Amino acid sequence: MSTTPVSPEELAKRAEVERIKDKSRFLRGTITEGLADPVTGAISESDGILTKFHGTYQQDDRDLRDERRKQKLEPLYSFMIRVRVPGGVCTPAQWLEMDRLATTYANHTIRLTTRQAFQLHGVLKRNLKTTIAEINHALMDTIAACGDVNRNVMCNPNPYQSHLHAEVYEVTKAISDHLTPRTRAYHEIWLDGEKVAGGEAKDNEEPIYGKHYLPRKFKTAVAVPPSNDVDIFANDLGFIAVEEDGKLAGFNVTVGGGLGMTHSEPATYPRLADVIGFTPTDKVLQVAEEIVKIQRDFGDRVNRKHARFKYTIDDRGIAWFKEELNQRLGWKLGKVRPYAFDHSGDRYGWVEGTNKRWHLTLFIQNGRVKDMEGYPLMTGLREIAKIHDGDFRLTANQNLIIGNVSAKKKPAIEKLLKKYGMQDTDQQSALRLNAMACVAFPTCGLAMAESERYLPGLITKLEKVLEEEGLRDEPILIRMTGCPNGCARPYLGEIGFVGKAPGRYNLYLGAGFRGDRLNKLYRENVNEQQILEELTPILRRYAKEREAGERFGDFVIRKKYVKAVKEGKDFHA
Amino acid sequence: MQFPSLDRNNSPLSEEQARLFNQFAGSLSPEQASWISGYLAGVRAVAHGSGGGVHAVSAPVHGPELTILVGSQTGNSDKVAEEAKARALAKGLKATVKSMGDYKLPQLKNEKNVLVVISTQGEGDPPDNAKEFYEFLHGKRAPKLEQAKFSVLGLGDSSYTYFCKMGIDFDRRLEELGATRIYPRVDCDVDYEEAASSWMEGALGEFVQALGATSSVSASVVTAPSGFASTEGVYSKRNPFPAEVLENLVLNGRGSSKETRHIELSLENSGLTYEPGDAVGVFPVNCPEVVDRLIGAVGLGAGDMVTVGDAQMPLREALLTRYEVTTLTRPMMQKYAALVGSKKLAGILKEDALPSFIEYVNGREIIDLVEDYPGKGMTAIEFAQTLRKLPPRLYSIASSLAAHPEEVHLTVVAVRYQSHGRDRKGVCSTYFADRLGEDARVPVFIEHNKNFKLPADSTAPIMMVGPGTGVAPFRAFLEDREAAGATGRNWLFFGDQHFETDFMYQVEWQNYLKRGLLTRIDLAFSRDQKEKVYVQHRMLEQQKDVYAWLEEGASFYVCGDEKRMAHDVHAALLEIVRVQGGKTAEQAEEYVKALQREKRYQRDVY
Repeated sequence: MSTTPVSPEELAKRAEVERIKDKSRFLRGTITEGLADPVTGAISESDGILTKFHGTYQQDDRDLRDERRKQKLEPLYSFMIRVRVPGGVCTPAQWLEMDRLATTYANHTIRLTTRQAFQLHGVLKRNLKTTIAEINHALMDTIAACGDVNRNVMCNPNPYQSHLHAEVYEVTKAISDHLTPRTRAYHEIWLDGEKVAGGEAKDNEEPIYGKHYLPRKFKTAVAVPPSNDVDIFANDLGFIAVEEDGKLAGFNVTVGGGLGMTHSEPATYPRLADVIGFTPTDKVLQVAEEIVKIQRDFGDRVNRKHARFKYTIDDRGIAWFKEELNQRLGWKLGKVRPYAFDHSGDRYGWVEGTNKRWHLTLFIQNGRVKDMEGYPLMTGLREIAKIHDGDFRLTANQNLIIGNVSAKKKPAIEKLLKKYGMQDTDQQSALRLNAMACVAFPTCGLAMAESERYLPGLITKLEKVLEEEGLRDEPILIRMTGCPNGCARPYLGEIGFVGKAPGRYNLYLGAGFRGDRLNKLYRENVNEQQILEELTPILRRYAKEREAGERFGDFVIRKKYVKAVKEGKDFHA
Repeated sequence: MQFPSLDRNNSPLSEEQARLFNQFAGSLSPEQASWISGYLAGVRAVAHGSGGGVHAVSAPVHGPELTILVGSQTGNSDKVAEEAKARALAKGLKATVKSMGDYKLPQLKNEKNVLVVISTQGEGDPPDNAKEFYEFLHGKRAPKLEQAKFSVLGLGDSSYTYFCKMGIDFDRRLEELGATRIYPRVDCDVDYEEAASSWMEGALGEFVQALGATSSVSASVVTAPSGFASTEGVYSKRNPFPAEVLENLVLNGRGSSKETRHIELSLENSGLTYEPGDAVGVFPVNCPEVVDRLIGAVGLGAGDMVTVGDAQMPLREALLTRYEVTTLTRPMMQKYAALVGSKKLAGILKEDALPSFIEYVNGREIIDLVEDYPGKGMTAIEFAQTLRKLPPRLYSIASSLAAHPEEVHLTVVAVRYQSHGRDRKGVCSTYFADRLGEDARVPVFIEHNKNFKLPADSTAPIMMVGPGTGVAPFRAFLEDREAAGATGRNWLFFGDQHFETDFMYQVEWQNYLKRGLLTRIDLAFSRDQKEKVYVQHRMLEQQKDVYAWLEEGASFYVCGDEKRMAHDVHAALLEIVRVQGGKTAEQAEEYVKALQREKRYQRDVY
């Protein structure tokens, strides 16, 4: 199958977004005209759909919405720009450029995302083109950072610790490049690229995606056991590196992961990926492309809430999928090779790599890099970037690795860490070090409740109990999102919170510490007081009754607080 | 008030009518009596179809002719001229009012008896519609006027450096051209009514005597009033309506350096009406801190009694509500210099010391004056006598009655700045921002402005240039055009500092654009990019279309700051006409003057 034309009757049945893509001339729409409209800081709704493919979301300051309405002003619109960083690795020069753009055009912060990307928030429409152009000048880009395409490809961010990691990182970049949309629209709109003659794009402008792209977003990750920091099973497509005799033998392939769902719609659910077979390294790109094309051809284009790859697979069965894939490949995936994960969190502090260089993992609360009262984190990282001779690596847990530091430079960096109060970032409770929250209010249009601005304070309250019970250094994965779409992967938290309304959350318990089991709804629509009342006795009991090495997520299942979730379809059961 | 008692013998009234009238008349205050006289005259004038003149006493057919030449920007001079006409007619003079804007210049040489009423704008400029007349009179082609008799009344604001300069210029020039000054010129400050009234009586008295006119009506009942009559109902400038505040909110978003307020006042049961382009007058209360500091600085007691008009009140109350306590004016300084006997201050105020006067008043207020030139042993009464009355502040109305019945909306920017080491604040703008209590009522009146009006033709296109608070009347224009279903195209130029925070009434303009009422909007946010961009730059960018609109009959309106904005906009307009019309500078000048003559170029600037 290929990108066969869609009849008008068929198109009429599809979701509105499909029609916008259809009319968009490969993602051009009227974005250029919208950017030039001086009467509003916003762009049109349909262009708002299209700019996602270009890596930017229109948002507004929700704290000010009501106030500005009374002032006869439109909402304070701005744009979030997501910068793709394949595998999460960037140079010190690129870091300095992000820092400069954040302080010149954005809200003076850089957000490290849960998928190893940078986010700039608060960029005004009139500065959007300049900012995106300057990101590209720094040899980074934003295309396909959002939208119905393959997004930033994740990879365990410590490739220099072994020969294996370096090879895997190269594969990651290759997948990312191979699945990047080919439309010239990006260059025309943001980089003053030459326009395609005649206005209408060429029919073959997108050899992999076609003019309607994918039915929904598509996420890919590459994991290097024993670390599952990328949460490989939460991705539509995953590759687990397989090491044999100290060499990269190839990858186990995972398909059909995805966390987003909708409250009160049981037909939507988070799902962990299936491991379906093995591919040698030289076939990875072919496998990736064919899997993307299967989703392109079979994904649901009528109901966007049912359009993720996970439903395409569950609706038809994994056996059908394997058959379809093998047929398209013209060869059969090999048998799954043995692999083992033992954690999904980050390990903080200095590590010496096999190449005799040093790597420091810094704890960055919620991935938010900014100057805080008494803790000038952003300034400190800027000063480090100025002298750093290695690289920076964004982790899938929103932390930052100062990577590849020479032994000679290490003392200078340590001096700066001390100067800016960053030497003890990991001297926090293990709960805080293993926490993740999405952005939510005030900028995210989807948020129903606070997340980034709220979780740190909630953790402070829980820490009292942990201190009393001697659990301060016991890692427990705690994750919060302001809506059920899953940006901070809340369904993989041993404790998960998903916002329902301001100050109200669904409380989930019992995910696997290694990212290998979903959690389950424990209490619905609870406020802070109820959260503390519910969690305190469970944590106290965990301190007293846990078995040796027993993780919190396993404990709550053994003690029957919740049932273990075996597969996505059981999530609501 | 005392009236001579009427009966069947000395009046046409029946006995019962006379009794009722005597009873009623005895209860009237002078203001009420004055209003009623105007009201009755007005009703009669309307009944006779004579066009609604307030004092339209039937004109003497044969009396000596008197021309009242008027140059008016906001309508005050027009009002004075109409009043003078009414009184002249009553005195048997065949008086006509002629606007300088409409005047046929070649006729000037034929004028014999002339009253001039002229206001002064900004830095000593004539009103827009009097520019041509002024230039003609002061140019080489001005005729000899040896047969003419004249008197001049100047209107102005003594807080400006070139106070009543137009009156002074006209007065001098008419004499130069050979005319005879029959009565000395009078210069009126913001509270012009009394001075204008006594000038009328004096000047008209001289004309009557010189021309031998005979009065057509008995003067036995109505003696010369000290104020003006009004047809506007009970509430007027002399008797402002206490308006309830319905809304008082800041239009600027967070982070703005501006504080522009949108204020909605209720006119319910006031009988006050207005049209788009009119202004609302507001009597503010001065800032108590400023007043207390001033009382302390002059070494007087807050409770010292002073006389204001007929009333006795403590100094503090008088300074809060009756007197100007901030703005320095030359007359105030002259009185104060005399009071404290300062030679140095008197030196600054000499006619030939203008630069040092300008330098001193720049950024200074009365508090600086009394501290720099302290006096000893003055009384509260003496000090109060140096001050001018607190003038009402005028704001261009931001609403249309058609859209907001019985309401009037204002757009007021709070003026706050520092100068000479002191925090300064605008009296009325900070009255709205800081000193309006919860249930406060604001004393207001309506100031009509016939020189800033939508075109009578509702299909005619209009262009509106209104940056900052200058946008206020254009909100009224659009509301009115929408309510009237006017089909003319509408083009707005707006500007301010920042798009995000200072785009006043943004959502309303967006909706008007969507509905097609607003045809175009061009925006200039000066501080959103490296180089400063203002409305005149947008006009120049769009000059082809601007000229096309003018050629298609568009009216061009400007509202807002005079010194910086209106001059630049005027220059841009001339440039556009010159370049796009392929004209010489003189031809462009003539084109724009013609627009003014046709009332297609109107300004409300301050």
